[in-house]
Amino acid sequence: MLKTFKKGGVHPDERKISAGKSIEILPLPKRVAVPTTQHIGAPAKPLVKKGDIVKTGQLIAASGGFVSANIHSPVSGKVFKTDEVVDASGYRKPAIIIDTEGDEWDESIDRSDKLVKEIALSGEEIIKKTGEMGIVGMGGATFPTHVKLSPPPGKKCEILLINGVECEPYLTSDHRIMLEKSEELMVGIRILMKALKVNRAVIGIENNKPDAIGKLTNLAAKEDGIEVQPLKVKYPQGGEKQLIDAITGRQVPSGKLPIEVGAVVHNVGTTFAVYEAIQKNKPLIERVVTVTGPGITQPSNFLVRIGTPVGQLIEAAGGLPDNMGKVIGGGPMMGKALVNLDVPVTKGSSGILVLPHEEAHRAPVENCIRCSKCISACPMGLEPYLLMIEAEKELWDRAENDNIMDCIECGSCSFTCPAHRPLLDYIRLGKGKVGQIIRNRN
Amino acid sequence: MNQKLVISPSPHVHGGDSVPKNMYGVIIALLPALVASLWFFGIGALIITLTSIAACVFFEWLIQKYLLKTTPSVSDGSAAVTGLLLAFNLPTNIPLGLIIIGAAVAIGIGKLSFGGLGNNPFNPALVGRVFLLISFPVQMTSWPVPITSRLHYIDAETAATPLSVIKEGVSAGQTIPELMSEIPSYINMFIGNIGGSAGEMAGIALILGGIYLLWKKIITWHIPVSVIGSVIIFTGILHLIDPSTYADPLFHVLAGGVLLGAFFMATDYVTSPMSRQGMLLYGVGIGVITVLIRVFGSYPEGVSFAILIMNAFTPLIDRYMKPKRFGEKVKTVRAQTSK
Ligand code: SF4
Ligand code: SF4
Repeated sequence: MLKTFKKGGVHPDERKISAGKSIEILPLPKRVAVPTTQHIGAPAKPLVKKGDIVKTGQLIAASGGFVSANIHSPVSGKVFKTDEVVDASGYRKPAIIIDTEGDEWDESIDRSDKLVKEIALSGEEIIKKTGEMGIVGMGGATFPTHVKLSPPPGKKCEILLINGVECEPYLTSDHRIMLEKSEELMVGIRILMKALKVNRAVIGIENNKPDAIGKLTNLAAKEDGIEVQPLKVKYPQGGEKQLIDAITGRQVPSGKLPIEVGAVVHNVGTTFAVYEAIQKNKPLIERVVTVTGPGITQPSNFLVRIGTPVGQLIEAAGGLPDNMGKVIGGGPMMGKALVNLDVPVTKGSSGILVLPHEEAHRAPVENCIRCSKCISACPMGLEPYLLMIEAEKELWDRAENDNIMDCIECGSCSFTCPAHRPLLDYIRLGKGKVGQIIRNRN
Repeated sequence: MNQKLVISPSPHVHGGDSVPKNMYGVIIALLPALVASLWFFGIGALIITLTSIAACVFFEWLIQKYLLKTTPSVSDGSAAVTGLLLAFNLPTNIPLGLIIIGAAVAIGIGKLSFGGLGNNPFNPALVGRVFLLISFPVQMTSWPVPITSRLHYIDAETAATPLSVIKEGVSAGQTIPELMSEIPSYINMFIGNIGGSAGEMAGIALILGGIYLLWKKIITWHIPVSVIGSVIIFTGILHLIDPSTYADPLFHVLAGGVLLGAFFMATDYVTSPMSRQGMLLYGVGIGVITVLIRVFGSYPEGVSFAILIMNAFTPLIDRYMKPKRFGEKVKTVRAQTSK
């Protein structure tokens, strides 16, 4: 029996239609919009102003605190202005807008393909440099990587888990990185192990990617302390707590971080970025983005500069279909519906999913029939039907007691509900309120 | 590029389950028992099933449309399920008028007066059934003889059910081994060749239906297993203590409504608890109360009452028996730090 996480979970159609498509380099955009908050934490502070000339990879906004991240120019050219742009969240965020001119890279960056195996830096230097290079979690959470590499005092990391699960339907960017950047990935894992001072790392990959499992297993056999763990396909296995449970059998307690059970999780995309940052001196200025959907004629995986408008990616994948209904930043379970096609690609953009009109609308909401299927589906052991009622009736203290803050917003409950109840919509609202109440109390 | 984009929060896909899918699934699962019922009770079974379904669907439509002035939701199949289950709980010679009264009570009082599907605390079919049982005890406890009554409806020849044979025999001083010769063999009980309510007799058909429900993930095993298991354990203990007064567990499972109740009535979504642990407690409650009524109470059968009583406890169970949260019991075993 293959390992998987124990509680709840669902099986959405996988629809990995772009899985066989190699990573292609997207032509440079004419103009990029680089938001100063592409990560969790404080916004970065812009260092450039209108008219400045910047090189590709040059620092253009400095980290605004410990939990924050540096931002580098993804292109070379002239700063057009700093302004607010709508990002994937639907809100207007400050951004640095740069008009592309040529592609002149910062001289310190090694742009060759040569694999650099030797890790010259010490653990502390690695952590520091990860911060300098603006690396954040690229699976979607965008938590600054250097923070995750610095365990709080008194806590020790025992095992590094590499998240190659990619449990969202449609998305294939991590899959392609595992296939095409396997050797770099191994070095990246070594770097993370060195920084965390652990001698064991496990790469978790779902069983629907046998090619990636095979390739990485072969490579891992040559490394000391790195293993590949094939996992049964089940959503949301890519959730940190679910992945740790699946691989180690340990459950991170409510409200605690993975380090509580001695684990740290990094996504494969992030691990590759760490490789490039440490071995190649390359900041996080581009990433692999899957462009996909039932109406997309050429589903693709593109290597894209940060700040490129999503419209350009969709054009390169064959353009919007006529019956287009919804454009999603991310996967269908947790992604965000985009308000327009000018939204820029950011460090956390794993995919662009275009859903046709008929799939873009929800069915009418009916009474809860108390079937308890949402409870069976919830990976956190919550009672979504009840949390929704509590949020509707504004019973915040009861919602808190019923562990509303444990919800990881995976959407399994809404996905499952036969009465099409918008469970997660209400739970999200409740989490916002209860979170505020908790913060005010402390 | 100026097309209007649809904006809504995640998740953007749905698994495709729906209320009608579950309701029609229950109806499909009840088909084997319906076939058995038609085979053994013939025309009477046909008449009461059709009347009950039609009456339930009609009352739902009527009350929603003209009294509550809402959009009728008969197409979700829940009224049809209530109708079918109500029929399965009636003797096959019951007059049409009573079925219609039962359907009106089930839908009107049992379901819609509480706000319709999802809000009713008690299983509507059982509300209808128990109402009839209390108001019309004679008609509700005269049971046509199987096979011979196939071509008869109201005028069907009747006989006592195995449960009442045992109940009355024991209180008249007879012992279980003596009484066993007066009731049908277990094989006949298993295939449904005994007197009783229309749909509750054919054990094999009900088990088949139950397996279908489990396979289609319409129900989980917790309620049926705990109901049947607790009936077996409780009657098993009694039987061990005194085999001459207490019938054996197999008899109790096959006679009467335990199987129909365990797979189809107690599992009613709306009126049963939500957490797995809650379901187990609820199921055990039903099993125990059923046996208490059958063995020590004044009615020969107690499944309907037991389910209704436990329905009343469901809100309390939901309040105190929460699902086990993720991370509640932290594993303390540390994984090895080397290969
Ligand atoms: S309640 Fe939260 S964690 Fe549970 S299924 Fe719903 S979205 Fe996922
Ligand atoms: S899945 Fe939907 S209908 Fe079923 S209990 Fe949960 S909220 Fe109610």
